[in-house]
Parts: sequence; structure tokens; C-alpha cells
Amino acid sequence: MLVKLARLSLWHRKGTVMLTLCSLVISIGLLLGIDHIRLEAKQSFTSTVAGTDLIVGARSGQLNLLLYTVFRIGNATNNISYQHYQQISQHRAVAWTIPLALGDSHKGFRVLGTNPDYFKFFKYGAQQPLVFADGQPFAEVYQTVLGAEVAKKLAYKLGDQIILSHGVGVVSFSEHRGQPFTVVGILAATGTPVDQSVHVSLQGIEAIHQGWQNGMPSRRLQPSSLDAAKLAALQPTQITGFMLGLKSKAATFALQRQINEFKAEPLTAILPGAALAEMWQMLSFVENMLLVVTALVLVATLVGLTTTLLAAMNERQRELAILRALGARPWQLFWLIELEVLLTTLLAIGLAMLKLTAVLFVLKPWLSSNYGLVISVIPWHEHTVLLLSLLLGFALLLGAIPAYLAYRQSLSQGLMVRI
Amino acid sequence: MSTDPNIPALELKNLRFCWPGTAGFALQIPALRLMPRQHLFIRGASGSGKTTLLNLLSGIQALPEGEVFIAGERLQPQSAARRDFIRAEKVGVVFQQLNLIPYLSIVDNVRLAGAFTAKAMPTTARIEYLLTALGLSQNLWYGLANQLSVGQQQRVAIARALALQPTLLIADEPTSALDADNRDSFMRLLLAEATAANTTVIFVSHDRQLAEYFSWQLDMAQLALGVQPLAAGGPAVSTSLATNPDLQANPIEEPSAC
Repeated sequence: MLVKLARLSLWHRKGTVMLTLCSLVISIGLLLGIDHIRLEAKQSFTSTVAGTDLIVGARSGQLNLLLYTVFRIGNATNNISYQHYQQISQHRAVAWTIPLALGDSHKGFRVLGTNPDYFKFFKYGAQQPLVFADGQPFAEVYQTVLGAEVAKKLAYKLGDQIILSHGVGVVSFSEHRGQPFTVVGILAATGTPVDQSVHVSLQGIEAIHQGWQNGMPSRRLQPSSLDAAKLAALQPTQITGFMLGLKSKAATFALQRQINEFKAEPLTAILPGAALAEMWQMLSFVENMLLVVTALVLVATLVGLTTTLLAAMNERQRELAILRALGARPWQLFWLIELEVLLTTLLAIGLAMLKLTAVLFVLKPWLSSNYGLVISVIPWHEHTVLLLSLLLGFALLLGAIPAYLAYRQSLSQGLMVRI
Repeated sequence: MSTDPNIPALELKNLRFCWPGTAGFALQIPALRLMPRQHLFIRGASGSGKTTLLNLLSGIQALPEGEVFIAGERLQPQSAARRDFIRAEKVGVVFQQLNLIPYLSIVDNVRLAGAFTAKAMPTTARIEYLLTALGLSQNLWYGLANQLSVGQQQRVAIARALALQPTLLIADEPTSALDADNRDSFMRLLLAEATAANTTVIFVSHDRQLAEYFSWQLDMAQLALGVQPLAAGGPAVSTSLATNPDLQANPIEEPSAC
């Protein structure tokens, strides 16, 4: 009966209740939305690279190394010699390696020089391998495989020819005009920086830089003068870094130490998982601030709900007196008001969930194409129950103010209502 | 409800009440006894303590001194929860006006009588019987209470107060918002249905004209003197008594400090 009373009482005041409900739905939606995107972003972020045990580059900080090898952000402090790369990849504990040569770009997208092992061993997310949406890995020097985003944004298809630029700016003054690359493969979207990369072979990188000195093309030797035989014989001398997978995870730390203490060249080896976690820590203050702002919005809304109830208490004196006359105990009137808070909040949570799911459904393609953020549409996580329980608890706590007033009033006022 | 005709429906003993922080008793009644099916009219000017009396009789307000029994069961002194329980089961209340919960239907308003008791809810048949007897047409039953006229609302209030056949019906100036015609039909319906339900009635008003509907009447001053409305069988203390406050009066002690 109390539930029915609470429900009908809310319905009776549907105008004000509707407004309160709207603001509750918006702020609960915001809270859940921010929480959801935060977790999904973290998920997406930490799954940028998977299955790789160590990332190796020239001696530098682990975040710098992580940024330029995995996220293609920033530059390497130095290159490492191809010879030493080969030496480490021969190590008995190493199962596979992927060389990475960075430094060129195409219309703002980074060019990654690597070898076909990249398409075989590179994994992201839940150990997913790269999948070709179209075409196949490069087999020749002047062939390229595009990330999903590159192909989509620049509307490239198989067979198109593209020109790489030296350096990583959107506008470059030195382009490798003589040697166009042919698109032979386009990768499926991954939601990682792979989507924004242009992949070529190490030989390709070497070929376009033939005859360059000090970062500038030399007049003496034009790269186009290379013939097929010379091309085939091209061997890279330097790479930016490499990823490696081990036969057994147990060797991770031993090998990391060996590489860090590599005598012939100063190298740094990092554990991608640990580095990603450390980097997320740095980024997390933004999400925490967002959460705090949302929590404040929510508090404001709940205070609004309480105010609405408090304002209604005056006109409900009569109602409470009638219920008292019928034998309702003061605590039952307390719970009547709390039930109204509970019903409103529960309804708001339900509606907020629906709204958020709808919004996510609409935004999903946009987030994926603009931010490489692949999120699930259902805003539900392990701790969502906890979050919502906290929310409900807080609503009930604030609702206890008007509820206590109802309780007090019903104790002191008796049957008469003085107007 | 079966009522033992020998047990008083209401019994007050040495009731004394004062508002906290004030000197002197706001209300004191040495004794009052109402037998089952008695209908008592209590007249008093505004501020004479009528409402306080009703709050004490219904157990909403705790009684600091004295005792109240309803059908032999102690209502005061008693714990608040127990008083609420007894009120829900044995007392029906009708206010001056605005007796109904505006957002419930007529039928639900009447059904509310059973919401806070351990008794069975009033059956639909009982509700429909009362609504019909009180002249509320069937097309109103499931409409909202706030669509009724004041007279109709007051009749629904009677139906609710009598739905569980309570021992005692307390009416606090229920006719004050009604015109003369409506008032007359309201009074007749109230008393007829109370009689049919074997319910004892205490009716409080400042309006002398209403006294004609009752065979027993007292005013607040007489209550303070301990004048008794006598039960059937004894010498009837009726209208004539009201004009002679000394008859049946018990001398009362000097009021002590509150």
C-alpha cells in the first residue's frame, strides 16, 4: 500500500516530478557515461599492444619509447643499428621480433617501416592479430599496406600510388617524389594507432633514403637510378626500435636486463604493459576531474530533488494528517517519502541507462573514426552496481531530510492542520 | 464488529493535559464514559480544547496524566506504536474538510482504512455497500477524490471511517463546509450508518443547531465538571441536562500546577 501511495503521489505531482526526473536522468547519464567512456578508453588504451613482451629502442625514458613505438607520438632520440637488432633477435629466448623504422610520413600519417612479420606477430586487444580488409602484405620494395583510417580518410584503394614525405609534418618540403608506393593491402580497423599508420618494408625506407645525406637528398646519387638488382640487395643499416616476443615469459626480466646492459650500444627495453599502466596514471587526472565534476552535478540534482520534496511538504501536511488518523505510524510516513525518492531515483537510473545506450549507439561510429576509440554500447561494468548503489544510498540520505520532517510533523501536529 | 453492550466504548479517567511550558491545565476531565452505540455531541467554542481532546481520544497525542480505554482496551497511557495500532483498528476519524487523499480513487480512499491495520482490508462489497448507502453514484467510484464536491467528499470520509466497523467514530466539525441542505442529509447518513455499524460517535462542533441530531450532548465546560451522558437503561441524560451543568456533576479538585 505504501508503494502504491508513493507511486500515485508522484504521479499526482507529475509536473514537478518530471522536471526533477529530467535533471536526474541527465546527471546520472553523465556520470555513467563518463565512467563508461573512461573505462572503455582505458581498455582501448591498454590494449593498444598485446602479446609483446619487450619493446626495445635507443636509450631513453620508457614513456618516450612507448609513445613513439606504439602511439607514433614524438620522435626517437636515436636509432639503433640493424646489426644489433639481428643479434638480439637471434637470442635463444626470443620467439619473434618486429623491427620498426619511423621518421617518414604521408599527409600527416606516420609511415612505419617493418617486415612481413609485423602482420604475423603483432597483436592488440585480446590477443587479436591484424586482419586484412583488402589485399595482402607487401612483398616488394615499393609496396605499402595502409591502416583502416588512412585508407578511409584519404579514400585510397588497392592499386593507388602514394608519395611519402621526409619528416612527420602534414606539410613537408622534401618529398620522396621519385619513388611512389603502390597500395597492396588495407587493414581492418583495430581502434589502435595501427589504423593511422602507413606500412612499408624496411627496404622501402632504405630505398627512398638512398643518396640522402644529413637528412637532405644528395645531387650526386638520385634514388630513382637504383635498378631492380640493387633494390633487391638493399639492406637496412638502422632501425628505430623493435618489439619482441619470448618463448617463455619467465625470461622477460633477464632479457630486459641483458638488453639494458648491452655493451655495444646503449639500448632500453621496456615492458609494454607496465609502461602503458604508468602512462594511464598520468592521464587519469583528467578522468578524475571529470568524475568529480559529474559527481558535483549529481549532488546538485539530488539536492534539487530534496528541495522539491521539501517544498511539497507544506501542501502535504493534510495528507500526512489523514494517514496518521488512519493509524499510520510516523516511521511509515518517513518511509513513504523515502519510497518516493527511491522510485524517482530508480526510474531516473533506468531512463539514464536507456538514454546513454542510445547516445552511445549513435556516437559509436564517430568515436571510432575520429578518436580510434572502440567502445561497447552497453554502459555496464563490474562496479556499476556499486556506483548505482552509492547513488541510491546518497539519494535516500538526502531524502531523509524531508522524510524526517514528515516524521516530526506527524508526531507533533496531530490530526489538525493549522492553515 | 461485535460489541459487548456492557463494556463502555470509551472511558476516560482523570484526564489532565497541559501544553509544555504553560502553567495550568489546558484540559481536564475527571471522568467520561460512553456506552456502545451512544452518539454524543460535544459543543465548544474555538480554543476550548476540542481538537486537543480528539487528539488524546484517538491516541495521536500522548496523555501525560489519566487513562483512556476504548472498548475495554487501554489506549492511554500506552506506547506510541500501540496507540497507532489501536487507532487503526478501533477508531474512525472524519475531519472538517479535505478528508481524502487527492490522488487516490474514491474506492482506494475508503480501502486505505485497512492499510495500517492487522485486520483484513475492507472488502470491495463492504466499500460498495457504504458508498451506495451514502448516496455516491457508481460512476464516481473510480474517479479521483479531488473531482468530488465538498459534500460528496465528506460522505466518502464517513465511508472510510466506518469501513472497518470501528468501535468509535470521532468527527471534528465535519459539516462546517456544507450548506444547510447538505448538512442535514450528511448528519442523517452519518448517524444512520454509524448505528448500522454499531459504532459509538463523538461529534465535536461549535454549531448548536447540530445538537438536535443527538440524544446526548455536553459542552466543554460540562466535560471539565465531569458531567456524564448516561447510557440507555439509566436515567437518560439528554438535552435537558445540558442546561443544568450541576446535575450529575462531580466536584473537582483544585487544579494543581502543571
